[in-house]
Amino acid sequence: MTMPFYVAPEQVMKDRADYARKGIARGRSAVAVLYTDGILIAAENSSATLHKVSEIYDRIAFAGVGKYNEFDQLRIAGVRHADLKGYQYSREDVDARGLANAYAQMLGQIFTHEMKPMEVEILVAEVGLDASLDQVFHILYDGSVVDEDTYSVIGGDAEAIGARLEAAFQPGLDLAGALGAAVSALAGPDRTLTAGELEVAVLSRANGRRAFRRVEDAELVALLPT
Amino acid sequence: MTLPTFSSSDDPGPSFADLLKRTRPTDALPERAHDLAITHGTTVLGVRYADGVVMAGDRRATSGNLISHKTMEKVFPADRLSGVAIAGAAGPAIEMVKLFQLQLEHYEKVEGAVLSLEGKANQLGQMVRGNLPAAMQGLAVVPLFAGYDLRRAQGRLFEYDVTGGRYEELDHVASGSGSLHAGTVVKLGFRDGLSREEAIDLVLHALYRAAEEDSATGGPDLIRGIFPVVATITAEGYQRVDDAELRTRVEAIIAGGAAG
Repeated sequence: MTMPFYVAPEQVMKDRADYARKGIARGRSAVAVLYTDGILIAAENSSATLHKVSEIYDRIAFAGVGKYNEFDQLRIAGVRHADLKGYQYSREDVDARGLANAYAQMLGQIFTHEMKPMEVEILVAEVGLDASLDQVFHILYDGSVVDEDTYSVIGGDAEAIGARLEAAFQPGLDLAGALGAAVSALAGPDRTLTAGELEVAVLSRANGRRAFRRVEDAELVALLPT
Repeated sequence: MTLPTFSSSDDPGPSFADLLKRTRPTDALPERAHDLAITHGTTVLGVRYADGVVMAGDRRATSGNLISHKTMEKVFPADRLSGVAIAGAAGPAIEMVKLFQLQLEHYEKVEGAVLSLEGKANQLGQMVRGNLPAAMQGLAVVPLFAGYDLRRAQGRLFEYDVTGGRYEELDHVASGSGSLHAGTVVKLGFRDGLSREEAIDLVLHALYRAAEEDSATGGPDLIRGIFPVVATITAEGYQRVDDAELRTRVEAIIAGGAAG
């Protein structure tokens, strides 16, 4: 009779984490930056149709990096979760914290119990009635959640981008300022990103009930630093 | 609440109604609903004009021969470029509107694209048909649907029957107990290419006349400041006409001899 090799649980978890990190590192990154009127989310994405940033609910947005089909599956589950909860209770009862917890549960479950972890990193952002209530949750492939209160970076090159954003970020940025900081952090010192390579959306307090709005085409070009 | 996930063979796609069916057992309806006093909403109408459509509804809700609400709203935005107006049993009608609004938004978010106006009208037809068992028990809901069609660059109007039959009307539609009288006034006053002001005056006048002839339709109440809900839908979106403008227009209609 053959005995299966003993593999230490630490080793199993480490292998899975390495696998997920490698998958995530292959894709481009995304950042969320708080500005005076809400939250800006920018991602490096040359596709105009396969979105990384999307609307979940009235005041909640989603951003995902890594494997497209996996984070898109999470996005749709999030829209369903939010719409069902808003229908069963009330629209005010749908919040980013509940959604982030649900995502964390699902990702944690898959990380420990499935053959393959999800190769994704996601952001759940919620714009509050005033700036002090804005929230950004950063959720990792293993289900760990980080609550961020100024900016957040997801994706392969997160450390370098985070360091650049740390230097560029200051409280009280306007939309153009936040976009400038986000884009220069994403691009780094050696590159410039054009409007065609970016996917930008905002959750803005000025937008009425549905706060989510994509910043595209001429508006994006006008806002980008020249 | 855990995240709703489905196997690929059981996935509800962008349909909120199917999603709801998979997560919530259907609500049972009372056996003999027509013996109960059910709140009914009454007269609503829609008129096409130069820039789009105008929709309007009176504010009265009745239970049998009693007036149950003086300020009910029967005209709602469905999404940015369309609106829905309801006549019939108020409870199921408002629930249907809520589900319809959610369905359009849910589809838009899941699919990343907005349904065509035709698609929205068909969706509402399916919901009315789904209500047929309840309609047979006396809880009929007969909505109107109107919106601005970006592809054709014009306003379009749809009416329904209790079986979910969908009928597009070119110029004007009316539904509910006062629809006969209101529809006649609109028919006589309609011409192609009405301006916004003329279209609003026409629907106000129609509701005013319907309220005179039909006890279930509420007229404008100048004392309490209760006016019909009137909304325009154009390429710029759904816009409710404010009460101050309605008051001036209603006063002009009455002063112009409509009271006679």
